[in-house]
Amino acid sequence: MVSAYFDFVRIRFLTMLAYRVNYYSGIVIYAINIGAYYFMWRAIYGDAETLGGFTAAQMTTYIAVSWMARAFYFNNLDREISNEIRDGSVAVQMMRPISYLLVKMMQGFGEGIFRMLMLMVPGMIVAVLLFPVSLPTDPMRWVVFFVMLWFSFLINSQLNLLTGLFAFFVENNEGLMRMKRVLIDLLSGVLLPITFFPGWAKTLLEWLPFQAITYLPSSVFTGRLNGEEVWNALYVQIAWFLVLIVPILLMWRSARKRLFVQGG
Amino acid sequence: MLAIDVNRLRKQFKVQKNREGLKGAVLDLFKREHTLVTAVKDISFQIPQGEICGYIGENGAGKSTTIKMLTGILVPTSGQIHVNGFVPHKDRERFVKEIGVVFGQRSQLWWDIGVIESFRLLRKVYRVDETDFKRRLDELIETLDLGDLLNRPVRKLSLGQRMRCELVAALLHQPSILFLDEPTIGLDIIVKTQIRDFLKKINREHGTTILLTTHDLQDIDALCSRVIMLDDGHIIYDGGLNELKDRWSKGREIVFQFTDAVSLDRVNSLTAGLDVRWTKENEMAAKVWIPREMNVSDVLARVVSSAEISDIKILETNTDEIVREIYRTGSPEAGEGIRG
Repeated sequence: MVSAYFDFVRIRFLTMLAYRVNYYSGIVIYAINIGAYYFMWRAIYGDAETLGGFTAAQMTTYIAVSWMARAFYFNNLDREISNEIRDGSVAVQMMRPISYLLVKMMQGFGEGIFRMLMLMVPGMIVAVLLFPVSLPTDPMRWVVFFVMLWFSFLINSQLNLLTGLFAFFVENNEGLMRMKRVLIDLLSGVLLPITFFPGWAKTLLEWLPFQAITYLPSSVFTGRLNGEEVWNALYVQIAWFLVLIVPILLMWRSARKRLFVQGG
Repeated sequence: MLAIDVNRLRKQFKVQKNREGLKGAVLDLFKREHTLVTAVKDISFQIPQGEICGYIGENGAGKSTTIKMLTGILVPTSGQIHVNGFVPHKDRERFVKEIGVVFGQRSQLWWDIGVIESFRLLRKVYRVDETDFKRRLDELIETLDLGDLLNRPVRKLSLGQRMRCELVAALLHQPSILFLDEPTIGLDIIVKTQIRDFLKKINREHGTTILLTTHDLQDIDALCSRVIMLDDGHIIYDGGLNELKDRWSKGREIVFQFTDAVSLDRVNSLTAGLDVRWTKENEMAAKVWIPREMNVSDVLARVVSSAEISDIKILETNTDEIVREIYRTGSPEAGEGIRG
């Protein structure tokens, strides 16, 4: 059974590999994004030593690592689920003795591993060569970062599941999916570290799951969080992972009740 | 034991009503109006193990909705369903291990990977033992003649090839019940025949219960001993195919090819006293209509004994015609009046 789930990871990975040409351009796009933000922030910093608690060097590393993390955790599970609901093929998937949602997570993970190998690693190498990115030397920090990256993937995918499942309740959730995408990029800290938000927004964001996707792992990686804070950041991620399971299951259960297979 | 037991099953859908015009659209934005559509109206039927049952009806009669409830995809509004002793929508993951499903219009194979990869994945999903899987797969591949397709990705298969692969996919875990939703739709006659023969074979050898919906009545003729006919959410006929034919056929017709020219009077005199009707086909041939209560042999004996016959053809009303008649009139009862 478990091996069936791993097969979904493997098959998605192989499928992505078959279409890998699409991803060569991805490396360039990510490099351009990192470059654009690097130069923008350099202009903003000017002569300033620190802004929002970040030194210019930390900011460069933060940007590079945030975009690279995004390459790993980003996926289109929401779109896949919503399409499968709308064209009715979700029915076929539900006829298998296997959890639909877990299968989706596994497929997302297969995609994540692919993106990590094809995008994140080469992208990071390019970024380190082009920009003054300083990588941590403490191996423990690397280990913690990769654990946190795993949770970034989980939390982001959970939000994608929730968004995708909305297709059961509305006829078209395109708008919702777009909004989610912008919200995650903005509020997770990819575009702007959370410390740059005004005080009230910062407090609000600390109570939302988005910061757990990018801001916390990137802060740990750049060395802005240390000692106890590192573990607290990880606990926040774990807490959000557990909390988000509840609405997903509730939504799945009520969706099952009102499932209306299109074209039936 | 009953394979399928359905009691007063009902399914209602809420359908959004779109109001007309700009004003309607604005109103819709704030308050949606819904209409309740009943797709399946309190139907009951039982199917014993090992039966092949045809489930027919016009488009929108509620066939697919029923299948979706029987397979646990849809939750019924009211009524009871037991399939293999399970309530399908409640115990989904355990229940689906014992059934196989093929939707003619939907693939359950993975589009981008080779057929054999799909099968291997299904083996793991259904937790089929490796040796069982090998044996079963070899058998299925041989009967469905799939040997050279196995390494191709599904998206490169023709419809006929894909359909045969779908059948294998649905049967790998040796389900005791097979649901087929229009399995022969869009297929050529050779593949259709191959699939029908195959279904008969697995039913015979493994006792697999089969419930199939179809618009192709030749599927029914070839496979089913029993037919359930649905119209507007109601069951309008449930019984043997032969009874359906007997009950709704408009009698039989025999075409006689005589060796000499015949007249209508002449043939009428041959069967004087019998309630039959003659029509002339051409100079040398005439057709006689015989009501279904009458024995064909009675008429045959009379004609053959007093005229030279070169050829005889017995025409039975085919299922297509009967079903078309029932669809057209909406119920078998109305069909009664039309006959004769």
